Amino acid sequence: MGFELTQEYILGHMNYWLFSVLMMTGLYIVVAKGNLVKKIVGLNIFQTSVFMLYISMGKITGGTAPIFPLDMEIDPDVIYSNPLPHVLILTAIVVGVATTSLGLALIVRIQEEFNTIEEDDILKIERAIVQAENAIHGDAMGGRA
Amino acid sequence: MRHHLILRVITKLLVGAIMLFAFYVQFHGDFSPGGGFQAGVIMAVAFILYGLVFSLHNVQRVFPPWLVHKLVALGVLIYAGTGVVSMFLGYTFLDYGSFVPSHPSSGQHYGILVVELGVGVTVTAVMVAIYYAFAGRPPRLSDEEW
Amino acid sequence: MLVLTAVAVVRMRSLFAIAMLSGVFSLLSALLFITLDAVDVAFTEAAVGAGISAVLVLGTLALTSRFEKPTKRSPALPLFVVMVTGAALIYGTLDMPNLGSADAPAQLHVGPDYLERSVEEIDIPNVVTSILASYRGFDTLGETAVVFTAGIGVLMLISGLSRRRRRDDEDDESEEV
Repeated sequence: MGFELTQEYILGHMNYWLFSVLMMTGLYIVVAKGNLVKKIVGLNIFQTSVFMLYISMGKITGGTAPIFPLDMEIDPDVIYSNPLPHVLILTAIVVGVATTSLGLALIVRIQEEFNTIEEDDILKIERAIVQAENAIHGDAMGGRA
Repeated sequence: MRHHLILRVITKLLVGAIMLFAFYVQFHGDFSPGGGFQAGVIMAVAFILYGLVFSLHNVQRVFPPWLVHKLVALGVLIYAGTGVVSMFLGYTFLDYGSFVPSHPSSGQHYGILVVELGVGVTVTAVMVAIYYAFAGRPPRLSDEEW
Repeated sequence: MLVLTAVAVVRMRSLFAIAMLSGVFSLLSALLFITLDAVDVAFTEAAVGAGISAVLVLGTLALTSRFEKPTKRSPALPLFVVMVTGAALIYGTLDMPNLGSADAPAQLHVGPDYLERSVEEIDIPNVVTSILASYRGFDTLGETAVVFTAGIGVLMLISGLSRRRRRDDEDDESEEV
């Protein structure tokens, strides 16, 4: 790869690295933590870091927000940042909160069904259910399922 | 909730202002940051704030659940209906130029306004419906445990 | 700041504090969006992340439990997976253009085109709105439908409407018998 580790290069890529670190923090919460609500918060952090990645791609140095003056007389010297990532992320945020609420609703149902929202406890209960089912139906199905 | 006097007074002052701001964001979205999504969320926040402070029962008297459920679908209908209308006018789906054929860009203005209204209605109603759904369940933790 | 908040979320046990911290995280990221010129996005993030999300998480906590139990599994394997993925991601960014460079591939094709054409075709100042509602109208219709579907899903899961209907059905059946 032909790149030099200059100061400009490092500063120009620092944002991507920070977003990667944030993304991985979110992923770590999702993978390592057992509490379902905490997993949802981790997913949100992951999601927001992806948003930041997209938005930072649309930034142009010296640019301003992509909103023209009210009289629509545009000064050709003004640079506007790229509006396309903004549109994509704007809708993604609202869809994100809708899906988050769906996940939280599922958690509420899980709490009512199993009386816990810890992954370990749920797995334990599920194993017990499967063993009980095996004990009842195992012979009919020709051994343990 | 009798004792939270400051909260109740401040909420009464704020709810109106929040709703006004939501309408501003909704209809001024062409000129400044904002639009249907943000306006919908802000509008829903006004109802949620009222519900948090003055109990779910009171907010459901203002904005009954059946109305919320109808509005959820109405917003999508407004949006898709705009597209269908432009199809009937002989243009492609969601081509707002069809509303004022002699001056396409002002047709675009109308189209964007209507479509943003649809988005705003749906987002408001969905957020309020979700809040009702969560708040309508009997809580496991009592107030003292917080 | 953002990284600190995220790490605090990892360490915290109290779910109430986590809900608050996620609100803080949203506000901080909204500030970041403003510095990156995305005012519309910052607006949405502040309203949605700090407002609605926090309320929903708190609502869930009221229905479930307030504290996280410490997990007995070792964090070594997840940490390893996360490290490898992160290293791959950072390796992938090495070829990216610098932040804010005007000749990046993302700035050369569609973006400037929208900026130019929006002036004569749509004629409204906020380009984000014009792309959102007009050029990308189909996308936005789809997003609205997704929000609609999520709302319906939540209603079916926890609003108790379906249960009431089922009870009605059972009543009907018992009447028929």
